[in-house]
Amino acid sequence: MNKLKILNEIMEHIKDGQTIMFGGFLGVGTAEKIVDAIVEKGVKDLTIICNDTGFVDKGVGKLVVNKQVKKVITSHIGTNPETGRQMNAGEIEVELVPQGTLAERIRAYGAGLGGVLTPTGLGTVVAEGKQVIEIDGKNYLLEKPLKADVAILKGSKVDKKGNIWYSKTTRNFNPIMAMSADVVIVEAEELVEVGEIEPENVATPHIFVDYILKGGEV
Amino acid sequence: MIDKSLVREIIAKRVAKEFKDGDVVNLGIGLPTEVANYIDKDVEVILQSENGFIGLGPTPKEGEENKDLVNAGGKFVTILNGGACFDSAMSFAIIRGGHVDATVLGALQVDEEGNLANWMIPGKMVPGMGGAMDLVVGAKKVIVAMEHTAKGAPKILKRCTLPLTAAKEVNLIVTEMGVIEVTPNGLVLKEIAPDTTVEEVKAATEAELTISPDLKVMEI
Repeated sequence: MNKLKILNEIMEHIKDGQTIMFGGFLGVGTAEKIVDAIVEKGVKDLTIICNDTGFVDKGVGKLVVNKQVKKVITSHIGTNPETGRQMNAGEIEVELVPQGTLAERIRAYGAGLGGVLTPTGLGTVVAEGKQVIEIDGKNYLLEKPLKADVAILKGSKVDKKGNIWYSKTTRNFNPIMAMSADVVIVEAEELVEVGEIEPENVATPHIFVDYILKGGEV
Repeated sequence: MIDKSLVREIIAKRVAKEFKDGDVVNLGIGLPTEVANYIDKDVEVILQSENGFIGLGPTPKEGEENKDLVNAGGKFVTILNGGACFDSAMSFAIIRGGHVDATVLGALQVDEEGNLANWMIPGKMVPGMGGAMDLVVGAKKVIVAMEHTAKGAPKILKRCTLPLTAAKEVNLIVTEMGVIEVTPNGLVLKEIAPDTTVEEVKAATEAELTISPDLKVMEI
């Protein structure tokens, strides 16, 4: 099975109205080449799920600036003033989720769980409209799983089967998003032969990955 | 009036004394980050960075930055020997599962019940909570490190008026005027800064303050 694709083939999977997860933390561990290609393709009405909306010129922030995003589910928008501006102007819907809850909601879908029970957000606006469940005398919020049509990952080293190794802090949301989307695409900073990543160093097993783009260093 | 950088230094130095050898600690952005500069050399504190590692080290020298290694504020940092990297689910299992001994955060407001508001000002500033809500709920000890007042207005209130980050989770408040513990019976002033009177602290605090019977001078 050949997962290695050129950018045009990858972009056939990106369409108007999709829900797309993007790995990365303030742009570190985000697939910049694919983000740039989505900007160029100009698909619109996207719902994006990401830790933060990056910067105006780095990470998924570029999609917000290009007005391709209808809704964003994220933990932080403070580093991209354009997200806040569009939110205040009613041009974008922003669902703010505590970072740990965001990670667990994504992980929950990929792990086949019906939701997550967490005390994070109790007594705050995050709890509004959500079910509170008592377990052994302690209250928890029920947070529902998150899934996407497409997940876009960035791997520091990716082998031709799709096994991924992440350098330093580029790992962040990438491995959990790999489990929670119908189509999973990875941009490889370095593409290596099968076997070059030791099995115990694989952080995302190849079975989760559908397509690989040879991205190079951005 | 002492100058701002000295105020920050006083607060950071005092917070640094709260840690024990082996503690896992998460420091928030801004003033809390400065606490790392004052931790006693004989106390090994393992700093956690919520974007996915433990063993947070100092800022790299210019030219030695690694593009793949940043802290939760997106700034280039280093990782110490023996450090470890992980994904966001593991990072927040560490935070939410009670494996962080202490977290240090700034505050817009904190109140008598230990409620904390530090993530938004409706209509003005809505950056998002990031990992703050998880940290405040999950860490074993929550230390608020902040200037006692904002432009003269008290920040330690009877009841927070801004949207909360978490309810009843703050344990300790450290300011340039003193150290205040949050107890089931309200706020207790445990330490007071040198050359500061109890009346001055009370005047700068809206919340009721009980004065500890063994009130100490803040060690800085």
